[in-house]
Amino acid sequence: MQVIEVDNLRKQYRDHVAVQDISFTVERGEIFGIVGPNGAGKTTTVECVEGLRTPDGGSIKVLGMDPRRDGAELRHRVGAQLQESALPDRMKVWEALDLYASFYPRPADQRRLIDDLGLGDKRETTFGKLSGGQKQRLSIALALVGDPEIAVLDELTSGLDPNARRDTWDLIEQVRDGGVTVLLVTHFMDEAERLCDRVAVVDAGRVVALDSPSSLIARMDTAQRIRFRPASPLDDGLLIALPEVRSVRRNGVQVVVTGTGNLLQAVTSVLARNQIVAADLRLEQASLDDAYVALTGHAAVSD
Amino acid sequence: MTGLPRLTFMELKLFLREPLAVFFAVAFPALLVGILGSVPGFREPKQDIGGLRVIDLYVPIAIAFVLVMLSLNLVPATLATYRERGILRRLATTPVGPTALLAAQMLMSLLMAVGAVLLVLAVGRLAFDVALPQQPTGFALAFVLGAAAVFAMGLVLAAVAPSARSAQGFGTVLFFPVMFFAGLWVPRAAMPGTLRDISDFTPLGATVQALQDAAAGAWPQALHLAVMAAYAVVFGLVAVRTFRWQ
Repeated sequence: MQVIEVDNLRKQYRDHVAVQDISFTVERGEIFGIVGPNGAGKTTTVECVEGLRTPDGGSIKVLGMDPRRDGAELRHRVGAQLQESALPDRMKVWEALDLYASFYPRPADQRRLIDDLGLGDKRETTFGKLSGGQKQRLSIALALVGDPEIAVLDELTSGLDPNARRDTWDLIEQVRDGGVTVLLVTHFMDEAERLCDRVAVVDAGRVVALDSPSSLIARMDTAQRIRFRPASPLDDGLLIALPEVRSVRRNGVQVVVTGTGNLLQAVTSVLARNQIVAADLRLEQASLDDAYVALTGHAAVSD
Repeated sequence: MTGLPRLTFMELKLFLREPLAVFFAVAFPALLVGILGSVPGFREPKQDIGGLRVIDLYVPIAIAFVLVMLSLNLVPATLATYRERGILRRLATTPVGPTALLAAQMLMSLLMAVGAVLLVLAVGRLAFDVALPQQPTGFALAFVLGAAAVFAMGLVLAAVAPSARSAQGFGTVLFFPVMFFAGLWVPRAAMPGTLRDISDFTPLGATVQALQDAAAGAWPQALHLAVMAAYAVVFGLVAVRTFRWQ
């Protein structure tokens, strides 16, 4: 069942077009990612989904409703974590949760939420005294305190250290396992690859690809890369003749072979048949980051 | 508007955690009355100010001070901070909405203003025998209209200030002319005629005179009530048209 449907969304600001044409649907219970570089139109898209902005064209349905017209109803059922949104410095953690919980008819169990997010010993700490990671986790807690059906999370691990990022990822998986549909915006490809069931790759206001991370990676004709040092002279032609191989490159004494399918077996059997021992053999799988570069022609993280 | 009582209570708690703001807006005006009242000469009736004592004039001025601190300094800076830090936007994604926070902040400030005014009246009455307002309804009306006028101005300030810092700066700059015409440095009764005529048309000049008249037992003059109402309506409309949530 589809809980979010975005069709040919278009949004223009005074001086530039933020979203040219974006369409995607999110199924109930999945973690759906919108990935792309800064300025690709990701945040504008989810702000239209949240009803914070009015689209200039196209249509959006969230839980079958229009975010602008039925905003009052939707705000009960959709939790949001905004990029760069704070709380008053002197508000304590428990006060923030208590306040936000009071906005909803059937709030989630605050005590459990606070423990799940590892803020149990910070209940009495004021927002201004929390670390960046703790602020981010509180912000996630506030998005979930209304017990929403959909959580929209914008750049949820920006500014977190590697450990905190991993903890946050585990948490989001728990949230999904609890039955919440998650719409995630990120410019970190590793995050999208780890968390998302499906991702829409957005570049310059358009969706350039939409699939599961593994399918996007497999689609590349250089999804795998093998590096080795041949112990005896090797004729590149032997490898290029293989259907699985896309390219063969020399890197000093090292041979780098890229390709798809059962590349490793194809290469090693040719080497075995020719009695060439491959030293320091390594197989590298391409990541979503590589797929992203292949799809858009530039790197994801520009900063 | 759901959530308003909770938000107002929260705003009150947050305000009380800012000792400096609490001091200047709530305690300082009463303290000012206390200090001026300690000057013996200010407790003597003076012919040149209509047979009143200086301390009698300063009770309404201290009330004007309360209103200015809250409406032009505290509220605009707080609201601009809330906008700058995305707090209003964040609330826009909840069932409560940002208008409720705006209303809660105003309500909290009005509660504080009422508290500070009672404190000023109590100090005046108990320490220096300043009579309580003889025309309480007129006094309350003058207070409410005066508050509406300056709070509407504060909202416009919050709307047009590009940042919290500039809201604070503008508030401080506005403080001097507004309080000058309210008579903080030269009470209206001691002002030259032209200056007092100008003061009649400033929001707090009108408020102070209306409070003064009601304190003495008369109904506030129509001119002053009209001036306060006009400021409230004009600035209120401008605020509604210009306020940005993000």
